[in-house]
Amino acid sequence: MAASVAACSGPQRVLDPAGPQAEHIARLATFLFVTAGIVCAIVFAALALSVQNGRRRADRGEAPDETPDGERRRGRAIGLAAAATTVVLFVYLVAAVRTGRALAWTAEGGPTERAGPPGAPPGLPPERGPFPGGAPLTVEVTGRQWWWEMKYDDPTPSRMLTTANELHIPVGRPVRIVTQSYDVIHSFWVPKLHGKQDMIPGYKNVLWLRADRPGVYRGQCAEYCGHQHAHMAFDVIAESPAEFARWYESQLAPSAPPTDSSAQHGQTVFMSNACIMCHAIGGTPAASRVGPDLTHLASRRTLAAGTLPNTRGHLAGWIVDPQGIKPGARMPSNQLTPDDLNALLDYLRSLK
Amino acid sequence: MVASCAPEAVRPTPTPSPRAAPLLLGAALVACLSSCEREQRRFSEVPPTATSYGAVVMSDLQPGTRTTEVDVTTTYENNAYAISEGQRLFNQWNCSGCHAHGGGGMGPPLMDDEWIYGSEPENIVATILEGRPNGMPSFRGRVSTPQVWQLAAYVRSMSGLTPKDARPGRTDHMQYKQQEQSKKPEDAKRAQEAPPASVTP
Repeated sequence: MAASVAACSGPQRVLDPAGPQAEHIARLATFLFVTAGIVCAIVFAALALSVQNGRRRADRGEAPDETPDGERRRGRAIGLAAAATTVVLFVYLVAAVRTGRALAWTAEGGPTERAGPPGAPPGLPPERGPFPGGAPLTVEVTGRQWWWEMKYDDPTPSRMLTTANELHIPVGRPVRIVTQSYDVIHSFWVPKLHGKQDMIPGYKNVLWLRADRPGVYRGQCAEYCGHQHAHMAFDVIAESPAEFARWYESQLAPSAPPTDSSAQHGQTVFMSNACIMCHAIGGTPAASRVGPDLTHLASRRTLAAGTLPNTRGHLAGWIVDPQGIKPGARMPSNQLTPDDLNALLDYLRSLK
Repeated sequence: MVASCAPEAVRPTPTPSPRAAPLLLGAALVACLSSCEREQRRFSEVPPTATSYGAVVMSDLQPGTRTTEVDVTTTYENNAYAISEGQRLFNQWNCSGCHAHGGGGMGPPLMDDEWIYGSEPENIVATILEGRPNGMPSFRGRVSTPQVWQLAAYVRSMSGLTPKDARPGRTDHMQYKQQEQSKKPEDAKRAQEAPPASVTP
């Protein structure tokens, strides 16, 4: 009950789907819950009835009914229950198969893309086509301990975008998520849009999503991947196509050079400390891909893969002592003088 | 009971004698305790190893009273997490770009027993932090102190100078290993000088 209540509120509401697959899953879940509830009520009622019956007989001083009539009646009741169970299980099987078929989209999208001469592969239902909604957007999501690397694919290489921990998608357009992993097995899960898809190192899994209405949908890692598996979350922000295009253009742009002297000193601090060993900022010499890309850090909603809200104070705490917040995270503690830290914060907060 | 169905076919399983039980328990306890240090995961290093590089000296000779030495063996050399972190940093910071997973290239090999500047952890830490002539960059200020000790522990593990049980698992790259089927110390010494032919680059 507690689990179902938890699913009833917040940005991860399983029972409030925002995409077609999540709708199928929610429908199946509700169907199973309701029918199983009815069966449960019937079983408990039958149990209560039989206990009451037995107690009444014991009060009257009668032994349990072992006449052939009684045996036959009991046998009939058991047979009836077994038949009912079989029928219910068969109904569940049909529901599961239908949901499975609705969720199963291949990497190419559907058989009609591959369909050609009549000798097309057998067994594929001819009525399913490519994922509806238009030309798909492809995003390569790499799970890393313990953050998410998002790489937007584009036919023009200079328009490919690398960002971290936040996935913006246009509403109504299919998104093809290609999941892989840099180290151990993670799992990509956005409850309001789809089920879980494992991210296996050395292997690419494909997941089709479509957000049917704008909103912020929280996702998290769904496969235990180490110390900070619990702090590995991300946001999927579905917005109108125009807003998405605006966001994409602003993310493609390299970082603007800092204008005020404090931010300039902050950039020097960044370039002369441990930061450049792991982080990249577009438009500067920092180009390491070990940690998340920070080119537009100030435009994100959260820090450290959904662990902290993106404010100046939280950023300061994260930079100085990441191990206190996320022990085991790959980022070391950084001892900076207060002036350097303030300048660095000014610089990082200017990276919109 | 099965025994009543086929008394000839079933033989009772042998149980250890009652005297062996405390011995086994003792052996298990010793094994657990000895792996405590190896399996510790220290995410935030405590002083003195975490504070400043100045805590480490290169020479045993000091005028006046001998200052306390830093114990790196327990903290890093015997610690599997530290050596594993060193391996991760070695790969992620592209030390292999010059040292090629220990085999050398633009930089000297790290798997052999030839150490230009010394093989002690302090020497390797100095190499990483100060840089060296002919191309070794200086990483002072760019790597945190615990991380440089972790890297030094990994570099030493590449030529077999760390305990065997703390070394990271097998990778697909070059690795230090003993010459196969040889138990003689001189063969092991020879193996250290020239990596076995079975090691693939």
